[in-house]
Amino acid sequence: MKELISGSDALIQSLILEGTDMVFGYPGGSIMPVYDRLFDYQDRLKHILVRHEQGATHAAQGYARVTGRTGVVIVTSGPAATNVITGLSDALMDSTPMVVVTGQVATPFLGFDAFQETDVVGITQPITKWSYQIRRAEDVAWAVARAFYIASTGRPGPVVLDITKDAQVGMTEFDYKPCNYIRSYNPRPDIKESDLLKAAELINRAERPMILSGHGVMISGAEAELAELAEKSDIPVATTLLGLSTIPSDHPLYKGMLGMHGNIGPNVNTNRADLIIAIGMRFDDRITGNVKTYARNAKVLHIDIDSSEFGKNIPVDATIHGDARDALLKLLPLIEPRKRTRWLGMFDKPQQIESEQVIERELHPAGPKMTMGEVAAKVSEATGHRAIVVTDVGQNQMLSARYSRYSEPRSIVTSGGLGTMGFGLPAAIGAKMGRPDRTVCFFTGDGGLQMTIQELGTIMEYGTAVKIILLNNNFLGNVRQWQALFFKGRFSQTPLVNPDFVAIAGAYGIPAENVETRDQLDGAIGRMLGHDGPYLINVNIDETDMVFPMTPAGGNVDFVMLNQTEIYPVD
Amino acid sequence: MDEQLFTVTVFTENQVGLLNQISIVFTRRCLNIESLSVSPSSINGIHKFTITCYSNRAMMERVVKQIEKRIDVLKSFLYTDDEIVYQEVALYKVPTPRLLDDRTVEEIIRRHNARILEITREYVIIEKTGHSDETESLFDELKKYDIRQFVRSGRVAVTKSPEEYLTMYLEEQECRLNEL
Ligand SMILES: Cc1ncc(C[n+]2csc(CCOP(=O)(O)OP(=O)(O)O)c2C)c(N)n1
Repeated sequence: MKELISGSDALIQSLILEGTDMVFGYPGGSIMPVYDRLFDYQDRLKHILVRHEQGATHAAQGYARVTGRTGVVIVTSGPAATNVITGLSDALMDSTPMVVVTGQVATPFLGFDAFQETDVVGITQPITKWSYQIRRAEDVAWAVARAFYIASTGRPGPVVLDITKDAQVGMTEFDYKPCNYIRSYNPRPDIKESDLLKAAELINRAERPMILSGHGVMISGAEAELAELAEKSDIPVATTLLGLSTIPSDHPLYKGMLGMHGNIGPNVNTNRADLIIAIGMRFDDRITGNVKTYARNAKVLHIDIDSSEFGKNIPVDATIHGDARDALLKLLPLIEPRKRTRWLGMFDKPQQIESEQVIERELHPAGPKMTMGEVAAKVSEATGHRAIVVTDVGQNQMLSARYSRYSEPRSIVTSGGLGTMGFGLPAAIGAKMGRPDRTVCFFTGDGGLQMTIQELGTIMEYGTAVKIILLNNNFLGNVRQWQALFFKGRFSQTPLVNPDFVAIAGAYGIPAENVETRDQLDGAIGRMLGHDGPYLINVNIDETDMVFPMTPAGGNVDFVMLNQTEIYPVD
Repeated sequence: MDEQLFTVTVFTENQVGLLNQISIVFTRRCLNIESLSVSPSSINGIHKFTITCYSNRAMMERVVKQIEKRIDVLKSFLYTDDEIVYQEVALYKVPTPRLLDDRTVEEIIRRHNARILEITREYVIIEKTGHSDETESLFDELKKYDIRQFVRSGRVAVTKSPEEYLTMYLEEQECRLNEL
């Protein structure tokens, strides 16, 4: 007879066999057998004790986003399971591979409102790619294999494994087989020859094509192929927020970021293009604005692994269903070399106006207080534009994303689809742990930082060298901006009474300093980046500073506000 | 866009929790499920859901794609009434004395192609298979006899197409497995 091991051992060994080297978690009653067994695997599986389960999920997301590997979380039942909901939802929206193991009460207690019982599968089904309850030790290996396969393939996403206590302690034979096939799930569809031909014809015939590069390009590792396509056919490239760093910022064909606070050129030219080539992106409403007028002169070619995105928001003329890299590799030989000097020239004027009227003001403001843009630009410069930029949500997100420059792939970690305040700090921790070789700069607001500020404890414990740039305007700045623009300047519940952040960092043993005035900024950034370990700078930001340009929600993409009073002149 | 009645069929693996996964696709979009029936399909281990819903085509196409995205869903299809042969079953419970008093009962049952399943001293149970307008028109006629209970099943449907898309899909997946 084969040797028997416990369900807990089976779980841990399965994780290790899937290549997991690090899990983010927090113990509790219904997961204690697993934690007890973890004790004996410390040499092979590093457990990071976060300070709140939400932090575990965002840390796992940060880890996954920078490494491309599946982030793993282990928590207990009940309140711990409900604490992971935000992270699951965020990971689903932003296609992040993650496996979350939740403890559950023993099978005989299911449905009796036992202590710390929650219907985890019921709650998480709408916000996961797959959610499954393991009730027997012998199902552990099968479920873990399936979980990793589902989370990491196709359009990646979060998976929940809810493991009952009796499944953790039950004994089973263990024979691990990775999953590579599920009948009802084909994550790598064969690319249709006819789709490629049609796509190539559209591209070859187009006069004014524009590439919209999204997160899918990063996920599939298609950065080189993207550049090759752009260069061969001389096509301008714009990225989504999550697509930043899929093409280097200094690439001559890179024309900027799309969206509500994106660059004017790509937004306005969306409505001048005659072909939109969307790769691994999903036409979010923050990109399209008014869908009725969006890309009104263009045919749309959509390349995506998730066919449910085709035509979901924007009607499409042609599609390639498949992995972005596969698709581009097959498409490239069919593309004719072209030069599109005139069309590319049409990005010059909006770029120039944006530089003069928006960027210049942000980088060299008149007032004594600093702007978020100038801080981000300085930090980016000081890292040689090589850092991983992690952001929280709000003005700090938009401005640090806009004013950082990117030279390597996988250099942005931000909560795009869900816009989760509090995402940033734990995500930065996960990112640094996933890529200890890279500098991780985390930009945050005073509001968002306080949503998961307890994770400073995690930084303290593990010495995680996250560089925290607190863009402190003593306001919920993004909401303040909308109040200023659309609610008559009535600042309802947006001023923040803040603690002494430097003292808080100090209490956690994290070196920190206040940056009150502009002349202190360079020195502080230098000390922050020069320090071997975590560091926080608390920068005094002008609360009246706003994120521009702005295409208001639901408006046309070529209706761009340059500031509070001026509109970009479309000719 | 015009609303009309659509029939969605969903073929799934035999896993728990699928009804919830499918129904939330509708509720999230504020769509009311008109009728629902679930049963094993002709293929061992595969379950079939038949759902009817009033909406427009664009919305329903989205719904079908979202349903198919669920891991344990094999395939989902969208039909209008002209593409399928479909039926429902209705049962009517009527007090016996009222029916017997009236000579036209037999004629009504014949005309509607209905049948009697059970007669007791107190009540008669009538069954009618057909489309919903047919079961409803019998309902209207029986109303005067004081219907005590009335129930209509969800729709069951088979396609008119000579192609069996599910079988084709399963064969494709078999090939995919063999290639691994
Ligand atoms: C969890 C959560 N709650 C509320 C919001 C709504 N919201 C978006 S931005 C924002 C203000 C953020 O303020 P702060 O963190 O100080 O950053 P700033 O905009 O000033 O850079 C709020 C409240 C959100 N996105 N997430």
